[in-house]
Amino acid sequence: MIKDGLLIPQEVAQLNSPTSQQLRVHSIESFGTHDGPGIRMVIFVQGCQFRCLYCANPDTMDVRGGHFLDIEELVNRAVKQKPYFRKAGGVTVSGGEPLLQRTILKKLFDRLHEEGINTVLDSNGRLIDQHAKDLLEVTDLLMLDVKHFNNEWHKKLTGLSNTSTFKVAAHRESTGKPMWLRYVLVPGWSDQEEHLHELGNHFKNYKTIERVEILPYHQLGVHKWEALGMEYKLKDVNPPNAQKLEKTASIFRSYFKDVRVN
Amino acid sequence: MLNLSQEVLALREGAWNKTIDVRDFVTLNVSPYYGDASFLVGATERTKELWRICLQAMKEERDRNGCRAIDTETISGITSHGPGYINKDLEVIVGLQTDELLKRAMKPFGGIRVVEGAVAEKGQQVTQRVKEIFDYTKDHNNAVFAAYDDEIRNYRSQGILTGLPDNYARGRIIGDYRRLALYGIDRLIEAKEEDKRLVDGEMTEHKIRLREEITDQIIALKDIKKMGSMYGLDLSRPAQNSREAVQWVYMAYLAAVKEQDGAAMSLGNVSSFLDIFIERDLAEGFITEEEAQEFIDQFVMKLRMVRHLRPEAYDEIFGGDPTWVTEAIGGQFNDGRTKVSKTSFRFLQTLYNLGASPEPNLTVLWSQDLPEGFKEFCAQVSIDTSSIQYENDDLMRLVRGSDDYGIACCVSYQELGKRIQFFGARVNLPKTLLMALNEGREENSGQTLLEGIPSMEDEYLNYDEVMSNFKKSMVEVARVYSKTMNIIHYMHDKYYYEKAQLAFVDSDPGIEMAYGIAGISIIADSLSAIKYGKVKAIRNEEGLTVDFEVEGDYPKFGNDDERVDEIAREITRFFSQELAKHKCYKNAFSTLSLLTITSNVMYGKKTGATPDGRKAGEAFAPGANPMHGRDEHGAIASMNSVAKLDYRDAQDGISNTFSIVPKSLGSDREAQVENLVGLLDAYFGLAGHHLNVNVLNRETLMDAYEHPENYPQLTIRVSGYAVNFIRLSKAHQLEVIARTFHERM
Repeated sequence: MIKDGLLIPQEVAQLNSPTSQQLRVHSIESFGTHDGPGIRMVIFVQGCQFRCLYCANPDTMDVRGGHFLDIEELVNRAVKQKPYFRKAGGVTVSGGEPLLQRTILKKLFDRLHEEGINTVLDSNGRLIDQHAKDLLEVTDLLMLDVKHFNNEWHKKLTGLSNTSTFKVAAHRESTGKPMWLRYVLVPGWSDQEEHLHELGNHFKNYKTIERVEILPYHQLGVHKWEALGMEYKLKDVNPPNAQKLEKTASIFRSYFKDVRVN
Repeated sequence: MLNLSQEVLALREGAWNKTIDVRDFVTLNVSPYYGDASFLVGATERTKELWRICLQAMKEERDRNGCRAIDTETISGITSHGPGYINKDLEVIVGLQTDELLKRAMKPFGGIRVVEGAVAEKGQQVTQRVKEIFDYTKDHNNAVFAAYDDEIRNYRSQGILTGLPDNYARGRIIGDYRRLALYGIDRLIEAKEEDKRLVDGEMTEHKIRLREEITDQIIALKDIKKMGSMYGLDLSRPAQNSREAVQWVYMAYLAAVKEQDGAAMSLGNVSSFLDIFIERDLAEGFITEEEAQEFIDQFVMKLRMVRHLRPEAYDEIFGGDPTWVTEAIGGQFNDGRTKVSKTSFRFLQTLYNLGASPEPNLTVLWSQDLPEGFKEFCAQVSIDTSSIQYENDDLMRLVRGSDDYGIACCVSYQELGKRIQFFGARVNLPKTLLMALNEGREENSGQTLLEGIPSMEDEYLNYDEVMSNFKKSMVEVARVYSKTMNIIHYMHDKYYYEKAQLAFVDSDPGIEMAYGIAGISIIADSLSAIKYGKVKAIRNEEGLTVDFEVEGDYPKFGNDDERVDEIAREITRFFSQELAKHKCYKNAFSTLSLLTITSNVMYGKKTGATPDGRKAGEAFAPGANPMHGRDEHGAIASMNSVAKLDYRDAQDGISNTFSIVPKSLGSDREAQVENLVGLLDAYFGLAGHHLNVNVLNRETLMDAYEHPENYPQLTIRVSGYAVNFIRLSKAHQLEVIARTFHERM
């Protein structure tokens, strides 16, 4: 069981051992249809430093949880799924926070590329160092989760600052490689129109942003919080209604050409 | 010969003009269609009004405990009942099984006692006259039991062999009903007379039987002509236009379902055949698209109204009052062209015009090379109605050879007019495994069914010992199964011969002996648990296993894990090869299916705890599906495991059911269609054989469970078949809901 707040830095650092051939994995979904283009194998990695109040996978937070899988085993699984990927699909690494295991993931993505498999990284942009940049270099599509534009709200929602997320975005823009922004819409928490406009203004000139996805907040993960003995603080928050979703989409559409509700 | 129609239609001539060869006719004359669904139209007012009458009649049927009316006086046959109509003025395609909509008829030659029981359950009585007839004749059921030995009786009563067609009609045989439309009765009789003349010389048993069979077929053809004349139709000649072509095909099928109440009575592969007539009439300006669709809508409506009289116990095995009017749609010709025609689309369109329905059991023959427009329409219809199943056309043509085939019952390839199959129900393989663990004793009764199985007294099961005992058990079960099948089909031929259907089949057809297995995923997981985990057997005072404790994790079927998938494949191969060692009646060719239909629930009830950790009484997974909740990596990993089972070892079919909520297929409609097409292309590209596709919300199902009256047409696909959800028993409904939903958080 883990408590709210930051983890001991050493344990996080251990996730990125350069000599390891194993990824700390929470689970694998072979038929992913909502995490990147086409049909995708989604690897949910274990370990995250964010403590998003609405997290649907709180069981992926603990950096000591999950189980280890060899890179080659993951590649084998992906190869067996190749017929399903067709033109658009491939492998998505989500989590948990993949950047915590950036060195190992770089090896995985290199191997997937050798097999001709498309790679997507679904990240909250928690950190940016040379290893992260190396990983992003072999990431065909980055799906960057911006939890909130306003840093105070971001801290309230996730426990941590959003500074690094913007650095990751800026770095991605500098490389010219494609990215999608993902935004979880939580009524009363991340739906303030002024901040939505700020986000639009900040990113509107980014040429690498191909799509903005709005992810409607849901409560499907609540039972996991309870199972972990953790307090779920958004019990009284309802999922956004159609009107709210449309309003948010229309704000984003004034800045970005492709905005979708996932 | 085809005088008038040939002139009007200007059809390309070929072998079909000289011999009975529908495939040749279709190959020469079909117009493959590569476009999309935009040409389709809705139902006509006449069709809508007729369907309203049918819906009302079905409501009355449900209100009367699932049976609207029974004719308790007449033995059903081709000419037993006068003409019946839904509303004569509105019908462009006519014909009912009896003189009244949804009135069921008695077909007692399968077994008079079963019919008496079924009638009694509805609070009525078979008339004395009919009962007396069976004082002087024998039915199939009596004849089979006259030949059964004690061993077979024990296997049957202990549920090792289950669902055997020994007290009801075997079904599965598909007449090539297109023949009536192409040739007419007179030409078909001529051909049969010629066949009979050729059966001469020394009179072997085979020849004597054949002469008698052909004579019966000729009698049936004459009766079909009479039945046609009751409706004012001259079936002696070929159909002369598209409406007649549809009508003639339906008349041939109607004769079959008046004479027989086989468990499954498939239609075959008629859509592209009919398309030839429809396209000619459209080109000549004789009909409009509305009329073309009206013919198909009303034909399909008639197929939806087919009913058989069944006892309640039958419904326990095959939930939902099925008839398996299976129509195969699409596929490719061996010459590389597509068999998809506009009428393939028109058949699927009936699911919009009349609403979703389990019948007819529409089965798309999926090829990688199908036109994209058709693939997308299929996916769309699946998402909207859940009323389509899919089978691998590329695989079946490669392994089986012909490109002119229908699907018998749920999943079984059957070359049309050339080959038939003998339905063999299935062996309960988990019970076979339990006999292997219990010195050959049945796990519930303790009765010894197998001799020579060494006892296993160790607390923990040893893999090599288990495998050795299990293989010995399978060898014995195959032996008993084979002799049982031979007796059943010998007697069925003798006492309940399908003369109306076989009149539309070549006179000495090839035959498949269609054996079956239930519970392959339990077997795979059980053996995997013993091999890779530790399994402790809990035994009662008689030494019978009553439960198992599984220690440690083990690879489970449905996760694309070769360690366990290999076990499923090897056991299937072993049992299939063991069956093939036995000689079949009429020199039939042995095949095997991995299929349960809805009976996985009942098999589970009768089967004790198994070494995979499944408790006594828990349902089996349907068909070849992984066990519920054990596929931990989602749909594709699960499908990949099933695709590894080798179709060559189970040529009667490997059924897989895939259920998903629409949202999990993709976030918008376009993505959902695209992903479903991708899923089908990939699964079949990996040599998967069959896939049921259910696109449903769990919420919808729960609401239908609570308020069945609101969901009269809700259709669910189970292994190889679709049913009306609300016609399933509550136990079946819960099982469907509990089944793996591949729901994504």
